[in-house]
Amino acid sequence: MIEVDNIHKSFGNAHILKGISTTFNKGQTNLIIGQSGSGKTVFLKCLLGLHEPEQGTISYDGKAYGKLTGDERRNLRQEMGMVFQGSALFDSMTVEGNVRFPLEMFTKQSKSEMQDRVDFVLKRVNLVDAHHKFPSEISGGMQKRVAIARAIVMNPKYLFCDEPNSGLDPKTAIVIDNLIQEITEEYDITTIINTHDMNSVMEIGKKIIFLKDGLKAWEGTNKDIFKTENEAVTNFVYSSDLFKKVRQMYLEERN
Amino acid sequence: MNYVASIGSYAIMIKEVFKKPTKWRIMRSLILKEIDELIFGSLGILIFISFFIGGVVAIQTALNITSELIPKNLVGFATRQSIILEFAPTFCSIIMAGKVGSYITSSIGTMRVTEQIDALEVMGVNALNYLVFPKIVALLMYPFIIAVSMFVGILGGWMAATFGGHSTSADFAEGLTLDFMPFHVTYAFIKTLVFAFVLATIPSFHGFYMKGGALDVGKASTTSFVWTSIVIVILNGILTQLLLG
Repeated sequence: MIEVDNIHKSFGNAHILKGISTTFNKGQTNLIIGQSGSGKTVFLKCLLGLHEPEQGTISYDGKAYGKLTGDERRNLRQEMGMVFQGSALFDSMTVEGNVRFPLEMFTKQSKSEMQDRVDFVLKRVNLVDAHHKFPSEISGGMQKRVAIARAIVMNPKYLFCDEPNSGLDPKTAIVIDNLIQEITEEYDITTIINTHDMNSVMEIGKKIIFLKDGLKAWEGTNKDIFKTENEAVTNFVYSSDLFKKVRQMYLEERN
Repeated sequence: MNYVASIGSYAIMIKEVFKKPTKWRIMRSLILKEIDELIFGSLGILIFISFFIGGVVAIQTALNITSELIPKNLVGFATRQSIILEFAPTFCSIIMAGKVGSYITSSIGTMRVTEQIDALEVMGVNALNYLVFPKIVALLMYPFIIAVSMFVGILGGWMAATFGGHSTSADFAEGLTLDFMPFHVTYAFIKTLVFAFVLATIPSFHGFYMKGGALDVGKASTTSFVWTSIVIVILNGILTQLLLG
């Protein structure tokens, strides 16, 4: 579980996060949504410990990040997995090398133990015949799966995903969404996803935080988002005619 | 003011490079990979350039000896001094700033643009140690290719002078040994080691802290070449005054 209490973050004169408080529960997919420039990426980087807030606290299962020593922070980092928007796979390594990398860096496992673990996670993300391919030789969807495999290979407690569906076709996007949700539930991970994808919001948004101008403007579930009267949320989520009609149908059905 | 800030950031970067080292098992393979890329990968171009520059220095010197009073062994002497004192350590380093420097900046810069450096940092890896330290260690072998460059440059000079009919082999050899000061070779290798550090760190700095996209990687590579060259030229002046002045 990650608890965020009144965090503020500025860059120069730009006050990006203006006091966000929320809780991300484990075993469920928590989504952060909002327009470009609303502070989503800065918020995610604060959660990852890449930016330190000027005010407020972020606690990981009760441990406040600001009070941790350098070593404790490094240990905490090893409990985090991250799936980047562009996958961020290491070009010079094969798929297998990318997934094995955290194990080589942070564990004392033997080669065969590492190989077993790599084979297991690659199989878990449904990639069985790409071990020796380089990132440039596989599709965007496969790259995302490798990124997920690399993120979960160390059995993280916390999984962060920045726009995991960007650049993917709708069918592959759903596969990636479902995979993240399955892994989250299976391993009881606290998963936080930064997304613009409304399909993800509807499908896997067990908890959704809507950010606007650096503030939390709304929070709820994917069920609540149909019912909300919050104008900022409805303007953002139902900006397309298709989603407006879907919402209309949902509300009519409910009544 | 920007320059002062950049020098400060560079100093902080150097400090970070030596903190929290990567596991030796991984570091060893990174160093070997960098030696292959940066040292052996540059050997061919430096041999090619050194051979012809050595030849041209010999021909130019011979063509400019118009007085009968000037001894014929000057061709060998001038070739040796030019190659050992300046061409091999300094001008080869400027060539390397273009070849190796732009490679370092663009490879690290591309990692920055594609979030690979962020991925390292999120995992808790000291990205500066992981990326820059192997390059510094690999370039400790830089004097090796400069020694090869010295040898090939003088060889090129000898071939151009003798086969071009500008000097006899005996005159050239006499010039090579004339007033030879072993400290000049030491001076050249001291410079080379200092330039090796510059070649590893300034391009890394420009790659690591770059911002933007693919176009900016190209700009960072150009800026890195310019600054690496400027620093090499300034340090060349300072070291020459300190060691030979």
